Amino acid sequence: MEQKVIIFCGAASAGKTGVISRLTNSIRQSGETAALCKIDCLKTGDASLYDKLGFPYTIALSEDVCPDHFLVSNLQELINWGAGLNARYLLIETAGLCHRCSPATKHTISVCVIDATASLSAPEKLGPMLLTADIVAITKIDLVSQAEREIIAYNIRQLNPGATVVCADCVSGYGIAILWREILVMPAYTADADDRLRHTMPAAVCSYCIGERRIGVKYQQGVVKKIFADGGGLC
Amino acid sequence: MLNSITIFPGIDKDGAREPFERVILRPREIYAIVGNTGSGKSRFISDIEQIADSDTVTKRRVVVDGALDNGSIAFLGQSMRFVLDCTVEEFIRLHQRCYNGDERIAGCTARSVLEAANSIASERLYPGALLGSLSGGQSRALMIAGISVISNSRVVLIDEIENAGIDKSRALELLMSRDKLVMIVTHDPHTALIADKRIVIRNGAVKNVLDTTETERESYARLDAAYRLITNMQFKLRNGEELC
Repeated sequence: MEQKVIIFCGAASAGKTGVISRLTNSIRQSGETAALCKIDCLKTGDASLYDKLGFPYTIALSEDVCPDHFLVSNLQELINWGAGLNARYLLIETAGLCHRCSPATKHTISVCVIDATASLSAPEKLGPMLLTADIVAITKIDLVSQAEREIIAYNIRQLNPGATVVCADCVSGYGIAILWREILVMPAYTADADDRLRHTMPAAVCSYCIGERRIGVKYQQGVVKKIFADGGGLC
Repeated sequence: MLNSITIFPGIDKDGAREPFERVILRPREIYAIVGNTGSGKSRFISDIEQIADSDTVTKRRVVVDGALDNGSIAFLGQSMRFVLDCTVEEFIRLHQRCYNGDERIAGCTARSVLEAANSIASERLYPGALLGSLSGGQSRALMIAGISVISNSRVVLIDEIENAGIDKSRALELLMSRDKLVMIVTHDPHTALIADKRIVIRNGAVKNVLDTTETERESYARLDAAYRLITNMQFKLRNGEELC
């Protein structure tokens, strides 16, 4: 059975859960099936929310591991899990932490969620997450004026001209129909054998990645990047 | 060029089919959307904004005949403030930049937007003022000027223009100046009678579409006199004059 794999990324509190929650209504009304996965770090309060959405879900905690690495390390298994449930749509919500990476892969559908009320430079700061997105959903659109809406959408199009920009208000549900139409025309997940990340993950395995807590150069091994070449001048 | 927008029936709050065959909306007309709070006026507007295809809660289908330039439908909500942190002039320039290369606004300067805003605001806006420092009325005036002068929208949806502390008649004039199709959600009979037609919403459904009658035009004359009297008194009140 054909399966669409949709990864939702974006900064914390941008409205990823709200978008997914509304989208599951559209999926249900179309008589389709879905499986949901929420990636988080240490804990998440979203279990009770996901419980209400009426589709099988899994909450996955990355704990000691970077949540984006954690997602990529588990993507194949998640896709298998969704397929085993006969879910036509696999919706994965990322943890929304640093902006270094993009969890998007070649064959997944990447939705980047941006808060309309964030600063004008917010889209630029999202980096690869925004640049590699297929769809950009601007949330909380009811809180900004028409001109601001146009300015935000324009800025996003400048950064990622290929993406479809959708404005949404997840409180009233405005815009979700448009988002759903966009997802309907996106391709299904097919050639998993050659699927690959659209953007590299960070080149960093240092002492802190494996649990070091002490501060100072003598405790640091591996790939360590320094701000000052001369140690800041005093040492 | 937009020829018309046709709305095909959806369902009301109880799931019953709406009691109309189709509602056709045309440019250069003003439509008032009326009905009780919670009756579904905003949902109706939202269906048009999303060009619903039986895929919203109301199950309505909206068909556009002709082109919506840039696909844009402008929405003037009840918000009275901006979230951007910049000056009025920077804001206008940012907005203009969205239409770079658009001949239509090639001759439009930040000053013309500001002038439009100042023609409806009761207190003058200055280019160097921070957006955050504007009053609710000034903000709304600038929003209206932006939609009217810069945004390339053929359709303008307005949620309750009378709550803005601005010159309502002048604001509507500005918004309609470019052959737009204008829809106004309103509870105010004066605003409703400025419109050519009223769409009555009840229990989530379009109950009927009324044409403004001759008798109503007479009512409008009386309401307009009252409106002018009140605005005039308001002007005197703000100026500290005697209210007579």
